[in-house]
Amino acid sequence: MGRVPDPVVVELANDISAIEKAVENFVQWCGRACPDRRRLLLNFRVGLTEALSNAMLYGNGDDPEKTVLVELSIDGGDLHVRITDQGRGFDPSSLPDPRTPDNITKPGGRGIFLMRQLMDEVRYNASGNSVTLVMREIVGRGPLRRP
Amino acid sequence: MAFTVRQEGNVTVVEVEGQLIVGNRQELKQRVLDELDGGGKNFAIDFSDTGYIDSSGLGVLVSLSKKIREQGGELRLAALNEDLRTLFELTKLDTLFQISDDLAGALQGF
Repeated sequence: MGRVPDPVVVELANDISAIEKAVENFVQWCGRACPDRRRLLLNFRVGLTEALSNAMLYGNGDDPEKTVLVELSIDGGDLHVRITDQGRGFDPSSLPDPRTPDNITKPGGRGIFLMRQLMDEVRYNASGNSVTLVMREIVGRGPLRRP
Repeated sequence: MAFTVRQEGNVTVVEVEGQLIVGNRQELKQRVLDELDGGGKNFAIDFSDTGYIDSSGLGVLVSLSKKIREQGGELRLAALNEDLRTLFELTKLDTLFQISDDLAGALQGF
């Protein structure tokens, strides 16, 4: 187990079948830095999965020729992960509430809602093709480490 | 991750081992639709061995529940751990499904 550069930067192929393994790698990188297992295994794991699937399916249009960039860092005790796709972006400001009676029976529309519920902060760049997820005060015991 | 399908009386039971996420949701959907096409009406999904579910997985459950109801059947969920229950509560999907603490509870009254 060795210390890895902070931030960790990984370029992922645009392949939704690889999301599970990629997320598990990031979870292990954060393991020592984030001793709160529930925040790591629920909030971070699901939030990151949502961000990656949005980037691959919608941002990159499920195009296998494209990639997704993931940058992971700890800043002042907060965990930041930025996910950037190669798409044209979108407007995340006007998404419907998936919990309303009209929307709750629809199969889609919960991804960004879940990210916002599970992470302490979710912010997009101006064009909407890059999202930063923040978990605050993770009270780390150490740096990001390669498992 | 793997799905196991078996019959318990008149109920088709599906066990989800691992994650139910964007990468495998279509496989679950197809397995259940195949059973539905084969005459199955009552379904219970057992999450005893499930790690986590993302919004795509939740969406597949919503979609399957609707299709099963249209065929006169019902989809019930069982054995959600605390984290999975949190996801259903955050999205209010706990109001859409009958959720039992264990599979035996889900099978009762079918």
